[in-house]
Amino acid sequence: MDKTSFNNLTRGIIRENPTFVMLLGMCPTLGVTTSAVNGLGMGIATLFVLILSNIAISAVKSLIPDMVRIPCYIVIIASFVTVVDLLMAAYLPALHARLGIFIPLIVVNCIILGRAEAFASKNNIIQSIYDAVGMGIGFTLSLTLLGTVREMLGSGSFFGWSFVGEEADTLLLFIMPPGAFLALAGLIMLFNKFIKGEK
Amino acid sequence: MSYLMIFIAAIFVNNIVLSQFLGICPFLGVSKKISTALGMGFAVMFVMTLSSIATYIIYHGLLLPNDLVFMTTVVFILVIAALVQMVEIIMKKVAPPLYQALGIFLPLITTNCAVLGIAILSIQKELNLLQSVCYNLANATGFTLAIVIFAGIRERLAQTRLPKAVQGTPIALITAGLLSMAFMGFAGIGN
Amino acid sequence: MTKQKKMPSTLANMVIVLVIVAGLSALVLGFVHQITLKPIKEAKNAKELEAITDVIYTEFDNNPFEEKTIITTPDNRYKLRLYPARKDGKITSVAIKTFSNKAFGGKMELIVGFFLDGTISGYKVIQHSETPGLGSKVNDRKFHDQFQGINPGKNIFKVKQDGGEIDAVTAATISSRAVIDAIQRAFNAYSKFNTGN
Repeated sequence: MDKTSFNNLTRGIIRENPTFVMLLGMCPTLGVTTSAVNGLGMGIATLFVLILSNIAISAVKSLIPDMVRIPCYIVIIASFVTVVDLLMAAYLPALHARLGIFIPLIVVNCIILGRAEAFASKNNIIQSIYDAVGMGIGFTLSLTLLGTVREMLGSGSFFGWSFVGEEADTLLLFIMPPGAFLALAGLIMLFNKFIKGEK
Repeated sequence: MSYLMIFIAAIFVNNIVLSQFLGICPFLGVSKKISTALGMGFAVMFVMTLSSIATYIIYHGLLLPNDLVFMTTVVFILVIAALVQMVEIIMKKVAPPLYQALGIFLPLITTNCAVLGIAILSIQKELNLLQSVCYNLANATGFTLAIVIFAGIRERLAQTRLPKAVQGTPIALITAGLLSMAFMGFAGIGN
Repeated sequence: MTKQKKMPSTLANMVIVLVIVAGLSALVLGFVHQITLKPIKEAKNAKELEAITDVIYTEFDNNPFEEKTIITTPDNRYKLRLYPARKDGKITSVAIKTFSNKAFGGKMELIVGFFLDGTISGYKVIQHSETPGLGSKVNDRKFHDQFQGINPGKNIFKVKQDGGEIDAVTAATISSRAVIDAIQRAFNAYSKFNTGN
């Protein structure tokens, strides 16, 4: 693998992490991460749509007139989202029920349209796949991490395995809406401090 | 569901941003100044009210009778995108001062998940046309309220000295978290 | 990267491209819809049958799912499905599929099991749009077990905040009330079914 490809592949994981650095796709990030499994599920669904849409858009980019570019991208993305939505309803009904409205909302996740516009519409298919995989994994990791933190504090469990017992009082706040903001704030702070090296 | 209740519930109890997590991107992105926040809020109100009517008619007139419910997401997002574009063109022609004020926010609204999210939610809640318009308007009002309060706090925060790692996003998120906690105080009203 | 020629933005081009993209999208989605139609329905049915088995606490040897009958609420506004559980041909208890529109995220559907005198044997929420991790806790044992043995006709069937006996799920009073609302609806319909038939 040459240097550019490697660069495209790894960029999304830490350096331009969609959640912690670019702050994209905040709605699902905050909305579904009440448990690690939800975060992981949402991340993978988004990864899937991202790869498909990057491939499709990169493949047809020269056929689409500039002025109707955005509507075309949106239709392509929305179609893939619906495909994922239907497939999940058919084969992963439990997860589908838990992620609820945030599945159709993958359409308006800025990461996807953002990568389509900023990357896939300018690069070839192979590089676009690398880019999608990198960004998607970065997003999945962040969501899973945030979900894990919130689940551990809020429900006292780790991927559904309870380590405090059913009757214990947990920091419920963290699975409630305010906890989403606070937990993400904490993670970004740690990210800034230790990975970006600010004081 | 009474109409007053729809408003109170959507603005305070289940605030679209602070408890339903829809429209977080503009909430964090265009909330550095009260004036821009207000502009964004009004633009969202305008588009959401219109989109509630458009999506209602299309869903009940076209998708439901023809068994095309699985196309909802695609059709809705296209309708919203077209609507935003149309509003932009008409506003430019008919009301230039308004366009001056709101114009730059309009393109951003297409990817504002609040609009699509509430359109889908009104269908899921099986509201009728009038209820759906109220529900959309109420949620947009809730959005405006949240973003304006948030911008007010951020204007003050900008003058505060903070550790570098906390500056910017983290402190904004903490503020949003506290705001969300404050809004939790409304829980229970009406239900 | 080679320099590629873009399609010029003439009106004809734009219309054609948009129509093609939309058409392709409809085609693909129609196809996926066709192939997922059956699995989605099966997943839903499987969930329902599993829920029925979960809420019925008496022995049965029939398939309640196949013997469903329609019952109506006393005001005749809503139709609910009743699944009878039989042992040697005699009904031992029933499961009723019911719903509430008063949930936090809109509609909530659940299956509730009754002994023949109307005492609740159990319930299971099968469809809801409640907040993940909060309202979705209505299926937790701690909340669920309070309902067992309660008879909506005899007990004060409300959450404690409203003067009843049920402890609501922490931070999800509305979802808790929705469960009660749904069960009450099923109970009313079941009583009517029993007396008037």
